[in-house]
Amino acid sequence: MLAPAMAEVVAVAAESLAGSRARAARTVLNQVVLPGEELLLPEQEDAEGPGGGGERPLRLNAGARSRVRVVCGPGLRRCGDRLLVTKCGRLRHKEPGSGSGGGVYWVDSQQKRYVPVKGDHVIGIVTAKSGDIFKVDVGGSEPASLSYLAFEGATKRNRPNVQVGDLIYGQFVVANKDMEPEMVCIDSCGRANGMGVIGHDGLLFKVTLGLIRKLLAPDCEIIQEVGKLYPLEIVFGMNGRIWVKAKTIQQTLILANILEACEHMTTDQRKQIFSRLAES
Amino acid sequence: MEGTMHADAKIRAETGTESGPRGPGCSLRHFACEQNLLSRPDGSASFMQGVAEKSREQLIRNTCEAVVLGALHPRTSITVVLQVISDAGSLLACCLNAACMALVDAGVPMRALFCGVTCTLGADGTLVLDPTAKQEKEARAVLTFALDSVEQKLLMSTTKGLYSDAELQQCLAAAQAASQHVFRFYRESLQRRYSKS
Repeated sequence: MLAPAMAEVVAVAAESLAGSRARAARTVLNQVVLPGEELLLPEQEDAEGPGGGGERPLRLNAGARSRVRVVCGPGLRRCGDRLLVTKCGRLRHKEPGSGSGGGVYWVDSQQKRYVPVKGDHVIGIVTAKSGDIFKVDVGGSEPASLSYLAFEGATKRNRPNVQVGDLIYGQFVVANKDMEPEMVCIDSCGRANGMGVIGHDGLLFKVTLGLIRKLLAPDCEIIQEVGKLYPLEIVFGMNGRIWVKAKTIQQTLILANILEACEHMTTDQRKQIFSRLAES
Repeated sequence: MEGTMHADAKIRAETGTESGPRGPGCSLRHFACEQNLLSRPDGSASFMQGVAEKSREQLIRNTCEAVVLGALHPRTSITVVLQVISDAGSLLACCLNAACMALVDAGVPMRALFCGVTCTLGADGTLVLDPTAKQEKEARAVLTFALDSVEQKLLMSTTKGLYSDAELQQCLAAAQAASQHVFRFYRESLQRRYSKS
């Protein structure tokens, strides 16, 4: 028990003298990375010699080096020609489906706070109506604006029936750090496609962003099991909000509790709870 | 690894500490950390270590500002609320550690992690890291440093008392060595958190 600790201590001392060395992104996939770490992209690993220290061999055919375009996802930032980790989480990589590019790297982090991203579908609460624009609270640092014409079949004469306090399911068309986010309830063809005002009954509750992504993954069993339990309507917002409606209030509350608890339960515990509920 | 002696500074081993993995010449008390405790705020963490309000707030704020990537969140305020549950010495260092863990838990983008280390100089020049409240009161000088995780650079330092230039450098070097221990603890704590999912 003592020997590994001592070896680690020696390695730590050596590292502190050399400064933190960047690691290859490939070697850290699916492991927890911390803010401040630098990652090398695959094409740069050859350039770094065993001594490291930023020495590069002089190349005569520098221009012919193949450039791979890698997409930097959430939690990573470009720092020179390396990736700097800015959030704590597991490093993930997705190969490009077709064509060129080195794929996407991102950090899977668990957080509760939502930051608006263009194209995300979210559930918002209408907080104000001012002139031609609704102000919708989406859980970010400022409310998003939603024009009354951004609904299916809405014209200047035919206004949508939206009141303060209604729930809206829409997507962002403008979402960056410099401007106020804007959302719409139609897609690019002008059809609603499920977006718009959500019905009046049901329950809205908040979960972490990681759980939403897990539930929306294509192979998620939780939603299938929940569907077998009771007939329900459910809407997931990428901002951590879930709206649920079942036949009775009691069933709605049970479903809300199950979904909130799913984050901390293992698969077996979940199956136990579902079987117990199915019996009763 | 108990009680390694350096050529120029004698570091006393703490009595009654847990025997965790120790770096050379580093004797910090046992740590415990819990994350995501409170349901309402975006992020929360509790950091327990061993045991002047406005200036302390300013010091913690300056450290956080140096590390958080504020350019990604313009026109946004980030509020860090620290509640002292018990003070057993090294309070400012413990606050810095808690603030760092809370920022990581909330998912605020940062360019590095940071930690706080306190050390005291006794009347005879002995250097003690992570002192208890009693040791802080009896010391000749108390120095607190905030160090970043990338290259152990100094982010913030606050000192109280009488010390020489050479002693300052010694304390800084000892704090840098001790910070490795803290960062390793951060890494283990976060790995444990992500291993549950």
